[in-house]
Amino acid sequence: MTAATSVAARGAVSAPAQAGRRAPKRVLPGFGLTLGYTLFYLSIIVLIPLSALIFKTFTLTWEQFWAAISAPRVMASYRLTFGASFLAALVNLVFGLLIAWVLVRYKFPGKKLVDALVDLPFALPTAVAGISLTALLASNGWIGQILEPLGIQLAFKPAGIVIALIFIGLPFVVRTVQPVLEDAEKELEEAATCLGATRLQTFTKVILPSITPALLTGFAMAFARAVGEYGSVIFIAGNMPMVSEITPLIIIGKLEQYDYAGATAVAVVMLVISFILLLVINALQAWQRRHAGAPA
Amino acid sequence: MSGNNSRTIRRARAGTTEAPWVRYTLIAIALAFMLLFLVLPLAAVFAEALRKGFGAYLEGLREPDAWSAIKLTLITALIAVPLNLVFGVAAAWCIAKYEFKGKAFLTTLVDLPFSVSPVVAGLIYVLMFGAQGWFGPWLQAHDIKIIFAVPGIVLATVFVTFPFIARELIPLMQAQGNDEEQAAIVLGATGWQTFWYVTLPNIKWGLLYGVILCNARAMGEFGAVSVVSGHIRGQTNTIPLHVEILYNEYQSVAAFAAASLLALLALVTLVIKTIAEHRNEQALKAAAELPPERPAPAGV
Repeated sequence: MTAATSVAARGAVSAPAQAGRRAPKRVLPGFGLTLGYTLFYLSIIVLIPLSALIFKTFTLTWEQFWAAISAPRVMASYRLTFGASFLAALVNLVFGLLIAWVLVRYKFPGKKLVDALVDLPFALPTAVAGISLTALLASNGWIGQILEPLGIQLAFKPAGIVIALIFIGLPFVVRTVQPVLEDAEKELEEAATCLGATRLQTFTKVILPSITPALLTGFAMAFARAVGEYGSVIFIAGNMPMVSEITPLIIIGKLEQYDYAGATAVAVVMLVISFILLLVINALQAWQRRHAGAPA
Repeated sequence: MSGNNSRTIRRARAGTTEAPWVRYTLIAIALAFMLLFLVLPLAAVFAEALRKGFGAYLEGLREPDAWSAIKLTLITALIAVPLNLVFGVAAAWCIAKYEFKGKAFLTTLVDLPFSVSPVVAGLIYVLMFGAQGWFGPWLQAHDIKIIFAVPGIVLATVFVTFPFIARELIPLMQAQGNDEEQAAIVLGATGWQTFWYVTLPNIKWGLLYGVILCNARAMGEFGAVSVVSGHIRGQTNTIPLHVEILYNEYQSVAAFAAASLLALLALVTLVIKTIAEHRNEQALKAAAELPPERPAPAGV
């Protein structure tokens, strides 16, 4: 392989005509090798196994498929999963922006530490987050024992699911908004102030529009992650059918009853939704790049 | 005139920040939110693990099942991370260094495992290799176990950690461009030499950053692994699954003791990540400050 690439390399320099049929203009060797390996590995790890899911669905008739994905218990799980994910992403949108703002614009002791800590949900395994949040919010936990006398119970309720999903999604918003805020040109804000805008007006009319694409990207990423989340949620949710049972848990439940076809049908619904969310995120990121690249 | 000017400047400066009380309130809210949602859960892991003293904590870790879970977790990460490392470098090389049709689509496909629910990730391997799956009968005939065995756990882990390294490297290598590699090739280096002596030193911190995140996820993955593992004690339990079993058996101290190992891993990950990120930024800044080798043609 080394010989082949070096031959291609020398060819590219001395005699472009011999550099290979595929890419006469490419100076760097290794395109065929790396692209080939990427496609091969992508196929065996991701694409072929995912296609197994699609093919398995075809063993169902349309009626069976529809019955599996629209059973009342499954419908309730969609409502819960998407509702809780949306609420959590919304909370993350607000507080993620606030944290990114504070980290970029202000100086305070321990800022580096706080900045590093934002990524904790990326690094802490979800099962650990799950049992730890449950321990905090249970009636004898640090937070639970404060809330219980007030009549608020969060653990083993849908509200607990939202809390777990807030934990999981927070870094997405902070980490997408932070670099955009760092790159924002202060001159624009100075100009706005010179033209008589109040600070709040500057924020809503100048700063907010420039970070909206990043903010929405972070929101969509947090939402997408929350929809598929399993590990942190099942410990805190209580997992009552119709009330606090998330869609991934429905799939697990069907698998445990050897209902592979039913599990696959619900999984396909989740997969299609992930695809759509991925496309939305890609479109938002493209918008963000255009936004950043546009002349000010 | 000049007094007027400086007043305008002062006003403009003031216009880019907030009144002190606003600043302190915002900082306080942000810190309180992080304390509540990030610090407390982390602290609770250690507090619960040490609730009955250090002896009980060690007792929880000394169980043979815990030890086999630790071993399995290490083996899984040792296989999954290098596999995704090789893939990540290859994918980043072809996506960042070349222009070709379908590049955007390929990048999307590389990111795909991030948006697939871990439970679905586990399910697809059950459908491939499970008893009723595509290869199930063949595997059974040859007495090979993938699902409810170690290979399935490794496969599911590889899937969920698939994009981590590629994703770190692609933007980094795109930002660095091809100039240095092209120079090496023109000076007669082979492709491998160029990679080892030119590209690798440039991307090493980004690479480390990707590896460390990939490793954290590989060791901590729960949903996907839980579907394919079969939860056989002492055989197919990784640390997160071990934590779940203990927790469901109300062995709280032992569960949190095992969880504390993963929490420590998370903390180490954050430290290395912070260092790697810092070095990476410095490297990028140094690259940006280098004088251009070739003066750009006028008008560009």
